Amino acid sequence: MTTPRDSWTQRHPELGTGPVSFEDSISPEFYRLECDAIFKRAWLNVGRVEELPKDGSYFTKEIPPAKASVIVTRGTDGRTRAFHNVCRHRGNKLVWDGTPRDEARGIARQLVCKYHGWRYGLDGGCRYVHQEDQFFDLDKTRLGLVPVHCDTWAGFVFVNLAPTPPQSLREYLGSMVGALESYPFHEMTECYAFRAENRSNWKIFMDAFQEYYHVPPLHTQQLGPGRLQNPEAEFEAAHYQTDGPHRMVTSSSPAKHEIPSKYLYPSEVLFRSGNLGPWDAPDVARDVPGVNPGRADHWAIDNFQIFPNLEILIYERGWYLAYRYWPTSHDTHVFEGYLSFVPARTARERAAREYAAVLFKEYALQDAGTLDGTQMGLEARACAEFPLSDQEILVRHFHKSVGDWVDAYRRERDTRTPDGGAL
Amino acid sequence: MAAPLLPAAFVDLEPYAATWCLATEAERWNQRLRSSMDELQAFYQASFPRADDAIAYCDRFALKDMPDDAERLLQLVLSLILVSFAVEVWRQPEVIHRGSARIDRTQEPRP
Repeated sequence: MTTPRDSWTQRHPELGTGPVSFEDSISPEFYRLECDAIFKRAWLNVGRVEELPKDGSYFTKEIPPAKASVIVTRGTDGRTRAFHNVCRHRGNKLVWDGTPRDEARGIARQLVCKYHGWRYGLDGGCRYVHQEDQFFDLDKTRLGLVPVHCDTWAGFVFVNLAPTPPQSLREYLGSMVGALESYPFHEMTECYAFRAENRSNWKIFMDAFQEYYHVPPLHTQQLGPGRLQNPEAEFEAAHYQTDGPHRMVTSSSPAKHEIPSKYLYPSEVLFRSGNLGPWDAPDVARDVPGVNPGRADHWAIDNFQIFPNLEILIYERGWYLAYRYWPTSHDTHVFEGYLSFVPARTARERAAREYAAVLFKEYALQDAGTLDGTQMGLEARACAEFPLSDQEILVRHFHKSVGDWVDAYRRERDTRTPDGGAL
Repeated sequence: MAAPLLPAAFVDLEPYAATWCLATEAERWNQRLRSSMDELQAFYQASFPRADDAIAYCDRFALKDMPDDAERLLQLVLSLILVSFAVEVWRQPEVIHRGSARIDRTQEPRP
């Protein structure tokens, strides 16, 4: 039995070093608990403030594990609010485009229910009831849209479906994530968005982006042509850190433009772009607090995993990636990915961003390609436990955090009497 | 002979224009996957050496206010980027080990 020298995992005794069960990713019962314990209680990122460009802007967001749809609005007073996307009259989904399962966005003065024409202001107030005099003791002032707790941090819009969230958004995000508040996300408004419906538990895909152990074997081609293309090559991240249920990993790399071109693909050199993004960085995002907290040399990427299902990757080259994972059942999920850049001013900058966006999808397809195989392998229940290396410390931390939230929820539930009151 | 799609200086790329001047990543992706490796190689070999000049030509105009033929030229460059992965990285049209995965681009800048 060997022990990695100076291991990251052993600095976190609460994580242990033993093998891990992934029962939490294959059990329908656990999934139902997770929906209630996590997705109905945690702060969830549903978008960016740039998606609400004007007073009157709105967008809807589906939250399948809570069976909820929320509508986020920017009122005529400029305030951002969120509501359940449900008409107070007969429960019809209020705003949708195409089909009720599709998300919608737009600008409006009022939101009108397609079914019986009830209207609501962007502040949620009920403004109009068709043939109001036909109702009995109807009080419109008590029939506004049902509010959902909503707050923004660094331009990211979060909602919380709990009746009373135990923590404010800032308390919830903690000091490690909170330290990024002044990062110029608001300058990076040119967005390439991706969506995938994957056949695995949501945590299995998050796991793939929490460790770089898989990179040389799975993404052999990403190591570049020539002698660097070696599936037995080693890569180790420079820094790991956790804060409550949140975690981050820093990776270091020599700058691509300093690597001899014989080790790069010809198009990387032509378009001056690659897996770290466009080589020519905009003049923003230099020395921002909260970034590279481990003070790693040759800092290249910080990957922050914000509990439960948001990931923000900050690149040294002045751009960022955001991922969200929305479970739709115990063995399926929707993945959303957003590459965000300072807007291109020239065709040359546009091409460099396109190269990075194309590269993202090519390699993310390799990651996603493993998912149903992993889900099938776990569901075979041939193995009860699996070993995790030191480089997979964040996988360990993530599954433990999920388990801790589910356990806390169970304890609270079990200390209530059957009629709902506390013992 | 149909009217040229590209600026006159890029007449050598005209044979590829009808196939590869595509406005969205979704169209470019589908075109890559339905092309043979010979077709991808031919497009790559013709367009790669011309890409730097093509970008320089497009940059005579504001990015959001290009003449139609220049915008089509930029679309051709964006297609080259997508095809370069098939030619340089995978050596086949399809991503190696994609399995059953599918990822759709749902938002992108235009052009």
